[in-house]
Amino acid sequence: MSQATLSHKRPLGLTILITAFIVVWVILAAFPFFWTVWGSFKVEPDFFSRESWWNAIFGVYTQRQNDGSAFTGSGYYGAWVTREFWRAVGNTAIVTVSVTVISLTLGTLGGYALARSGQRYAFWILILALVFRAMPHITLVSGYLLPFFQLNIWGVLPTSIIVLVAINQPFTLWMLHSFFLSIPKDLDESAMVDGCSRFEAFRRVIIPVMWPGVVTTGLFSFLLAYNDFAVTSMLLSADNQTMVPKISSFLGSVQEQGNVMFAVAAVVSATVPLFILVLFFQRQIVSGLTAGAVKG
Amino acid sequence: MPHKTFFAFILPSLIAMALFIALPIVSVVVQSFHVEHGRILVEVESCQPFGGCTKETRVDTAAMAELKAEQPMGQFNGFGTYLNRGHLAVNEIGAILANNTGFGDIVTRIYNLPFYKALSFTLVFCFVVTPLAMALGFAIALAVNTLPKVTKGPVIFFSLLPMIITPLIGSLILYWMIQPNGIIGATLRHVFNDPTLSLRQSPALTWFSLLFYGVWTNAPFSFVVFYAGLQTVPADTLESAMIDGASRWERIRYIVIPHLAPLATFVALVQLMDNFRVFEPIVGFSAEANATSLSWMIFNDLAGDAQLFGSAGATSVLTIIGVVILLTPVLIRTWREFNHKVV
Amino acid sequence: MKPFFMLAVSTVALALGAGAAYAECGIEAGSVRILSNDFEALRLVNKTAEECASDSVTVTANATAEHKNLQVPALSINPAEYTVAVVANNSIVPLMNDDLIRPLDDLVAEYGASLQPNQLIKIDGKTMAVAFMGNAQHLFYRKDILDKAGIAEPKSYEDILAAAEKIKADGLMEYPLAASDKPGWDLAAEFVNAYLGTGGEFFAPGSAELAIDNENGMKVLETMKALTAYMDPDYLTFDANGIQAEYKAGKVAMMVQWGSLAGDMLKGEGAAEGVVENTVMAGAPTIGGGTVPAVALWWDGFTIAKNISDEDAAASFQAMVHGISPEMVAANPTVATWLVEGYEPGPNAVGVIATANAGARAYPMQPYMGLLHTALSSELAEYMAGKEDATQALADVKAAYDTAAKEGGYL
Repeated sequence: MSQATLSHKRPLGLTILITAFIVVWVILAAFPFFWTVWGSFKVEPDFFSRESWWNAIFGVYTQRQNDGSAFTGSGYYGAWVTREFWRAVGNTAIVTVSVTVISLTLGTLGGYALARSGQRYAFWILILALVFRAMPHITLVSGYLLPFFQLNIWGVLPTSIIVLVAINQPFTLWMLHSFFLSIPKDLDESAMVDGCSRFEAFRRVIIPVMWPGVVTTGLFSFLLAYNDFAVTSMLLSADNQTMVPKISSFLGSVQEQGNVMFAVAAVVSATVPLFILVLFFQRQIVSGLTAGAVKG
Repeated sequence: MPHKTFFAFILPSLIAMALFIALPIVSVVVQSFHVEHGRILVEVESCQPFGGCTKETRVDTAAMAELKAEQPMGQFNGFGTYLNRGHLAVNEIGAILANNTGFGDIVTRIYNLPFYKALSFTLVFCFVVTPLAMALGFAIALAVNTLPKVTKGPVIFFSLLPMIITPLIGSLILYWMIQPNGIIGATLRHVFNDPTLSLRQSPALTWFSLLFYGVWTNAPFSFVVFYAGLQTVPADTLESAMIDGASRWERIRYIVIPHLAPLATFVALVQLMDNFRVFEPIVGFSAEANATSLSWMIFNDLAGDAQLFGSAGATSVLTIIGVVILLTPVLIRTWREFNHKVV
Repeated sequence: MKPFFMLAVSTVALALGAGAAYAECGIEAGSVRILSNDFEALRLVNKTAEECASDSVTVTANATAEHKNLQVPALSINPAEYTVAVVANNSIVPLMNDDLIRPLDDLVAEYGASLQPNQLIKIDGKTMAVAFMGNAQHLFYRKDILDKAGIAEPKSYEDILAAAEKIKADGLMEYPLAASDKPGWDLAAEFVNAYLGTGGEFFAPGSAELAIDNENGMKVLETMKALTAYMDPDYLTFDANGIQAEYKAGKVAMMVQWGSLAGDMLKGEGAAEGVVENTVMAGAPTIGGGTVPAVALWWDGFTIAKNISDEDAAASFQAMVHGISPEMVAANPTVATWLVEGYEPGPNAVGVIATANAGARAYPMQPYMGLLHTALSSELAEYMAGKEDATQALADVKAAYDTAAKEGGYL
């Protein structure tokens, strides 16, 4: 889309309005995160102060506990060294990358077929997928436990990966199906007229133009696997735990004091790879590949 | 597309879904029609580290094993679990309707039943959060689309933050900020000049905070999908509309919105469904006293000291039915679009 | 400082392990697989048990907060996924109901020389679990505040109410009380505690019929409600960790809190000035003129799975006995209130011991107690919020419990 031609005609008032709106939204969206980053270098009675939130700014207790320094790395030290958070990071990397790749492979094939088939059953498959997606995850997971124990596949990463892929399929199918609908049929059909098989048409014509949709869908598959708690907390043993169940185990339980600052530090650490990921892929989203493709 | 090609493309997806979603759903449905065998109890003496020995009842496991061997699923109960007090509460509602002191009384007493209490918050959450989050997401997408390239990247990232931060911790931190001692809570007290204001005390304010949190975490999803969709709006159509003298608003109304309609359907589907299963914010905001949801009820059945699989199964099935009812309008739309499609 | 303290603890455990090799466990062969909850004391026990690993013995431990959900399916297959399940009063019940753990009498006779008789949890004459630590809620109070108000140590909830009134009237504190009244497990536990103090029984003898709808139940609810008048108006959102932080910030004069959090309190990390030095741990209060402390006593112990080979069972028992050995306890006296021989209760255990000595009752182990706990956890919230009366609350609890108990096959 020709940004320049559109934007230089924008009246000043509208530009100010848009800028103000974006600024307000970014503050609203990002402030809690920056507050957390700042707070992760404090001790619990400061960040989660019962007295006044100014403690989180000045670090009253942090200073008292750290010989006058208002910042401490003890949350990070506790999470990464004492409680071995790096193990969970490794497991999360394996789980999220596998889930994203497998989900997208299955999902692009299925989503493409659903978008191009005009048959009634394609519609019903979409509806069924929707019903599948409505099932609350905790109920699904509690049903998996006994068969997984019996098959002796409980507690390992591949099991969780397959389950997450399956749980994620309805969403992936729907999303990619919507994206494929927006790619004109003439593209692949003209390729097939030129003598390509359906799969060749998919590979040569559709794959090159589908990336914005796939990247966006991939982002959500990635986030689902990354943030999943219901599946990973119940289907993985403590050694194979991913980050989110690990973080929740820092929080403590009814009779036991947890260490919330470990959790806060871990959350901040966990957001860093996402930052890099989004910065990297936003170029793909912005690139306007599809816009070019639609023009033909 | 020929049937064979279609199934060749979609089979892997179908197998994964059949094995890990369809089968468990069938077993959950079957389970929800059964209750446990009548337990055979015996009195035995039990001794613990402090307090000495007491007479306590135990389940006679040998006798139970025989019953289980005969009927492994337990006793068939039909729709009993669906209709009991923990779910649709048919008898209780009948009693309330037969004997009450007016409309207010009916509402209060029905709201006192756990399922209806959960359902009311679930529905309010669904219908307030979904449209607001979609509108906000669309507005952000339009605004971000006008930004110069340099600022786009960081703005997109920051806009995604509410969705990225693990809900478990995200809601905890946000909850802390709205505490009376927290930065937002204290500021609100100052602004409204009310030293007793506490967002988590009254039901209305708790609901308000939960709804606000819901919009906050849901908007980024709409934003990303709409933003990606905006990139595919045909530029030549826009240009010709501009030449024809269409205003900004008209271009959005007559070109952008229709172009994004399929995506909007999709976003609405996903968000209605996710919001119908709202759970994390209730736990994160410690809001159990004032707001419960269907998913929270399932969690409560499964996570307690005694697990009630039949009850959790029934609530899950009711959740699915609820989602299907909720989505019917959207589905009819999809059906029409589907039929419009040139095969 | 918590991280360093924990590091110190694990270094001690490691040092122990390095010095005293596997020889002392005396296990020849077998596989030991432990499932436990995830907190410091249990991680310590698991780590010590893992010292028994050798060429012929494997020891693995899975410490997870989901243990309650995992234990039944994990132990009901054959061979069981775990050979040892670490449980408490409440979590042993599902294992007993489904007959998934084995009697330990033979193993105790053969390998249990270091165990004390009161560690053995006997059900129907058979040892089903070996307890190694105890826990109970008890009174934490600020001596300085009570002295200023001229009040002696409160012995009952009635004393606590009077003291709170005096403290508030003297302007010493706005909200002198705190309790873990968060709807869910916490709130239900508060009710169970107070009800145990009345001496009443939860169920009609020999059946699953609920019996709390009486003057004891009313008294308990009234007291719980009366206490909230002296609490922060947000009381319905406070769990045990929440009131711990409130107390540490110097905002609370009296609370009934878990003994397992006493160590954390005495360490005083992040506490406002003057809080820790003036904190006294005392036995739990009584209620309504009763003599029994109004709290439940808890134990944590280990059980051995039924569906495993005898060799693994023997190996598991020996490894766990090593895990809770007197040496481990002697090296880590402040981590928990141990029930192990030779344990010298430190200042953190005073409250629990006083409560136990005053004759507090154990958390009931009836098969249907969990159903009642769940019913209480969701049905008392409206009463505590002041939206319904006590009669209605008890009726709701009974209705919710009856529904669940019918589904569970108990009624």
